[in-house]
Amino acid sequence: MKYIDEFRSPKLVSGLLQNIKKSAAIYERPITIMEVCGSHTTAISRFGIRELLPETIHLVSGPGCPVCVTAIEEVDRALWLAAQPNHIFTCYGDLLRVPGSHLNSLEKIRATGAQVKTVHSALEAVALAQKYPEQKIIFMGIGFEATAPTVAAAILQAEKLKLKNFFLFSCHKLMPPVMHALLDEQELNLDAFLCPGHVSTIIGSKAYNFITERGLAAVVTGFEPVDILTGIAIILEQLINGVDEVKIQYRRAVKEQGNLKAQAIMSQVFSPATVNWRGLGRIEASGLVLRDAFSAFDALQHFSPPASQSQVNDACRCGDVLRGIIKPNDCKLFASTCTPTRPFGPCMVSNEGSCAAFYNHKI
Amino acid sequence: MDDLILLGHGSGGRLTSDLVHNLFLKNFRNALLEPLGDSANLNLEHPNIAFTTDSYVITPQFFPGGNIGSLAVHGTINDLAMSGARPLYLSAAYIIEEGFKLGQLEIIVESMAQAADEAQVKIVTGDTKVVPKGMADGLYINTSGIGVHNNDQLPYTPSRIKKGDSIIVNGTVGDHGAAVLSSREAGFTKAKIFSDCASLNHLVARLQNSKATIHALRDATRGGIGGVLAELAEQSHTCFKIYETKIPVRSEVRGLCEIYGLEPLFIANEAKMLLFCPAAEAAKVIAVMQRDPLGKNAAIIGEVSEANQPECRVIMETSIGGIRIIDQPAGELVPRIC
Repeated sequence: MKYIDEFRSPKLVSGLLQNIKKSAAIYERPITIMEVCGSHTTAISRFGIRELLPETIHLVSGPGCPVCVTAIEEVDRALWLAAQPNHIFTCYGDLLRVPGSHLNSLEKIRATGAQVKTVHSALEAVALAQKYPEQKIIFMGIGFEATAPTVAAAILQAEKLKLKNFFLFSCHKLMPPVMHALLDEQELNLDAFLCPGHVSTIIGSKAYNFITERGLAAVVTGFEPVDILTGIAIILEQLINGVDEVKIQYRRAVKEQGNLKAQAIMSQVFSPATVNWRGLGRIEASGLVLRDAFSAFDALQHFSPPASQSQVNDACRCGDVLRGIIKPNDCKLFASTCTPTRPFGPCMVSNEGSCAAFYNHKI
Repeated sequence: MDDLILLGHGSGGRLTSDLVHNLFLKNFRNALLEPLGDSANLNLEHPNIAFTTDSYVITPQFFPGGNIGSLAVHGTINDLAMSGARPLYLSAAYIIEEGFKLGQLEIIVESMAQAADEAQVKIVTGDTKVVPKGMADGLYINTSGIGVHNNDQLPYTPSRIKKGDSIIVNGTVGDHGAAVLSSREAGFTKAKIFSDCASLNHLVARLQNSKATIHALRDATRGGIGGVLAELAEQSHTCFKIYETKIPVRSEVRGLCEIYGLEPLFIANEAKMLLFCPAAEAAKVIAVMQRDPLGKNAAIIGEVSEANQPECRVIMETSIGGIRIIDQPAGELVPRIC
């Protein structure tokens, strides 16, 4: 078992597609399925899954790309923090090119001398803080429940090491609250969610019960073509036979209860807060801030960056793309003024962004 | 304490002279370099000369399967070979950060000498500069190269790519980038992945000697075969169709890419080339390649599907039969977050 080839088997894929076609014919009505995980968005484009499906099945991308949902004022604050002298500002590589106000970016200020370093994990930033005790190391934490526990673990590690020079700028966000908000979007008219695979390994499938309680189909799937197509087949089954509960296709990683240890670490370090999402506005209890016990590590408290006079380019429709209301190529800027090399909005920056996935695969 | 490179090694005095004699001349020794004049004087009787240059700034300087030195020799030789020229002479210029370990520089220079020797190319001129600590990342190398074309053979250029041509790659893709990535993230993966770093000139000569018709060659370095194919489609005003299942990829490279959310298609290679030839010649080209150590895993990965197109595209049939467009990557490749 290599966990790759088996899940990309053309034979299995073709069987699943037959099955989906039959079910779609039985169900007759068009259905809209939203995926809310950046890696799902990428996989759908990368394998050309959209074109293989019957015309009645519409896949729309939701707010699943961590970089894309980062509010512009968060990017502006990151730029301010990174520009302070004697700091090393660390973040994931995806954030470098995200435009803040006036199309400024971490990549651009790095070129003018700011110390911006990309890391693969918050623990790498903690290691930098140990290595350079005379410098202040800031880590910008983005992502959902899949990344937040690792950042919580890094905070606990920094505490254990008694580090005084490690700071977290938490922009973490939570998936169930935003999915809840999307259920109320009249324009969207969703039939089902492909629930995020990695996030669900942490929070479990039970976290999405509110979706099936509203009569929508929901299935947690993995990221390979066979996973995604099996998920779509399960959704059709649910819609035809009646929705009862959230299904798990991604059994090899996801349990109903999720990962209790990761949940415990996350809630030990963070508490939920109302935060602003790019394009979606303020959503109650949808973000994570450090608990008071860990406030010594809070970059916002320590450095007090000024409130941002953030300016979003009005023509950029990242917000509508994130809500699944328009497809990336419905935006006037798409592929003309906004491209991966000169992005206007974050959805065009990250590989997990809907606009970049559409642009890179032109489909 | 280790012997270190000092600012004086680049100042033109006694230290420089020692370095030139005891390191560079000792390893690269040949009649053209030996006089140590301001220029090497070449006696080329060929009317068609190929000339190229490239700078090497890789971190880390040592990686499984090679180092910055072997890379600097192979890379420039390959650029010459891709035009169809026979590489003959190289220059080697070093920008060294003060404090670089002399022992490491020796290893690098020795592997340059070995790489040049294997490719039957001579390093005939060079330069050394030392910059203060913190002003460079260890060591940068620039190499320029001169090669000659056979009088009866036109240089290979993208403009010669024709509709119906087969697209061939000489082996597994992504090995070099994956080797560098795995050595940067030491401890993260136990898989031993080696760079494919090597000179392709003997393989190209073998193909030329076989009289197979070749329309174009391009080494798929930065951007991987995906980025380079997209670039070639644009330059040749043609469209390509490639097949994901036909592209050779080592399973350990694929595994590493999956962990990082990267695609082997866009990962750098050092000794992988894309060859365009008439479809009728493809079987012959594959047979010739497979007789060479650098072509054992050669495969036909696609074809030129359209010519004279206003919009040049590379279309890939995915492993599950879907269709997607392959375009040049926008910037640095970054691992996924989510």
